[in-house]
Amino acid sequence: MAVTLTPSTAPVAPRRPVRDRHHRGVSRWVVLTVVTLAALAMLVPFAFMLLNAFKSPGDYSSGGPLSWPTEFYTKGLRTYWTEVNFPLKLWNSALIAGSVAVLGVAVSLLNAYALGIGRVRGRLWIVGLFLLANMLPQEALIYPLYYVAKQVGLYNTQLSVIIIFTVIQSAFGTYLLASVMGTFPRSLLEAAALDGAGKWTVLWRVVFPNLRPTLAVLLIFFFIWTWNEFLIPLVMLIDNQTQTIPVALASLQGDRLMDAPTTNAGALISLVPAILFFLIFQRTLARGITAGAEK
Amino acid sequence: MAVSETLATAQPAATPTPPTSSRRRRGRNAAYWLYLLPGAVLFVLVIGAPLVGTLYLSLTKWSGIGDPIWVGLDNYQHLLQDDVFWASFRNTVWMLVAMVVVPTLLGLLLAAVLFDVIGRRFKPRTAAALRAAFYLPQVLPVVVAGIVWGWILRPDGAFNSLLDAVGLGALRHDWLGDPGTALPAVMAVMIWVQIGYPVVVFMAALQRVDPELYEAAEVDGANWVHRFRAITLPQIRPETFVVALTCTIAALKVFGPIFALTRGGPENATNVPSYFAYYTFFKKLQVGYGSAISTVLTLIIVVVAVVFIWMQARSERRDRGF
Repeated sequence: MAVTLTPSTAPVAPRRPVRDRHHRGVSRWVVLTVVTLAALAMLVPFAFMLLNAFKSPGDYSSGGPLSWPTEFYTKGLRTYWTEVNFPLKLWNSALIAGSVAVLGVAVSLLNAYALGIGRVRGRLWIVGLFLLANMLPQEALIYPLYYVAKQVGLYNTQLSVIIIFTVIQSAFGTYLLASVMGTFPRSLLEAAALDGAGKWTVLWRVVFPNLRPTLAVLLIFFFIWTWNEFLIPLVMLIDNQTQTIPVALASLQGDRLMDAPTTNAGALISLVPAILFFLIFQRTLARGITAGAEK
Repeated sequence: MAVSETLATAQPAATPTPPTSSRRRRGRNAAYWLYLLPGAVLFVLVIGAPLVGTLYLSLTKWSGIGDPIWVGLDNYQHLLQDDVFWASFRNTVWMLVAMVVVPTLLGLLLAAVLFDVIGRRFKPRTAAALRAAFYLPQVLPVVVAGIVWGWILRPDGAFNSLLDAVGLGALRHDWLGDPGTALPAVMAVMIWVQIGYPVVVFMAALQRVDPELYEAAEVDGANWVHRFRAITLPQIRPETFVVALTCTIAALKVFGPIFALTRGGPENATNVPSYFAYYTFFKKLQVGYGSAISTVLTLIIVVVAVVFIWMQARSERRDRGF
């Protein structure tokens, strides 16, 4: 930890000259304006997307991307919805991300129980290995995985992507949970052991309830990370029946069907689920985002 | 070992266990290995074996059909003379600027302003709303964001129309189609994508800091710059390390945005190692060569990660006066 300044018991502050306080009042508004403008600039792409998702191709070609639409045009959205069979893509994404979140947390919990509480020999090396594994570029794994998946008949199935991401995400989860469990109060464990509880019982009756908040954060992280993944689904999922939302949109890039309103409408409905998660889980995320950074 | 030290700091010294016969203790610990078994099996199947496979394939020539032909270090010798390979690594350095250097510096400034000025002089909700606006791009599937940006930056796209609208029509340009501007345009998009992450992490870190520190400093007449340098920066150094590391790894691995925006073009102006490897595997069907690119990238990432963790452990030890 960084050296902390101990607040000196400072003498009572002399009253500041009025000019200074007035100056301060103005400058804070200047700061607020500058930061607000920057935040609005961040949102401009979303505004462009909304403006053009419901604009007819005629309006688009005559008025350009910035014009106000003359009609509320939903054909672009409907075209995209039916052409890519969007509900199916939504289901594929949800199935893959949901399964990975649950399985990834379960595997992380078991691993971390052995490492953080069981303190098996060489645990620091094992945890380090997991941490490095999570950082590996996916290109370093993808070709053998693709080849083997073809051999064993898992190619182009959601299951292949679920298995791969369960392992990749649980590598991070193991690292995080092992450090959390390393600080688990030993007295609780010893009390349970004195009551004659076995390891399995201790895990589910003592450790699991205490870690529930951390596990919830991990669950959400795994879900969102997997939802947004691209390279491995792009390689593994090649047809309309199995593809996820990002892969479906990317594989239509440059397609004749994708005029400006359809492209924007497609992007818009592809972003809606992510924005919904964000709103629902914002507080959990804000709590959890630093879980990896804090000790 | 760096990781061990980082973790060791996270774990208080074990309380001395009551003396038991060493054989019983070993037996007690051995049972825990069972809990590692499912994770270990999956790990070997999905990460260990494929990684070894890629290392082996990087020493062969193979199109993905038939048997790989052993060629030793040929692929690596080719790489060193391959202009595309060097171009992709040059572009990675620019990606580090766009995804690590700029977001970390801007993020520090923004987080400090949001926390110390806006959070304390306006309603907390204002700071939270602004933070959300910066963070929003972080939660989107980056490929989808890339497709939207690709449309905005097209010759007939929204960005050029905007230039027209404010009277800068002379600056109209094919931003992603011109080798001279494609890389800066991609970098701008990456800054937009990345900026929210450091802002959120640093703001959360600042909430740990004792508000009395700031108040005391203010009473002593320290202005905002003093407070930033004397309190904010040292207090959130651990988080700065973590942010720099995760952003660096993300920048070295960047794939989705490149795929969506430019496919590495025009003329490799925006090619990066991960896209170059993907293209070599699945479009050119040169599995051995693609494996060599992947292996080099993996080595770089491992070295970077180990160096970062070692530096972090060292600075923590220094702070504790060891």
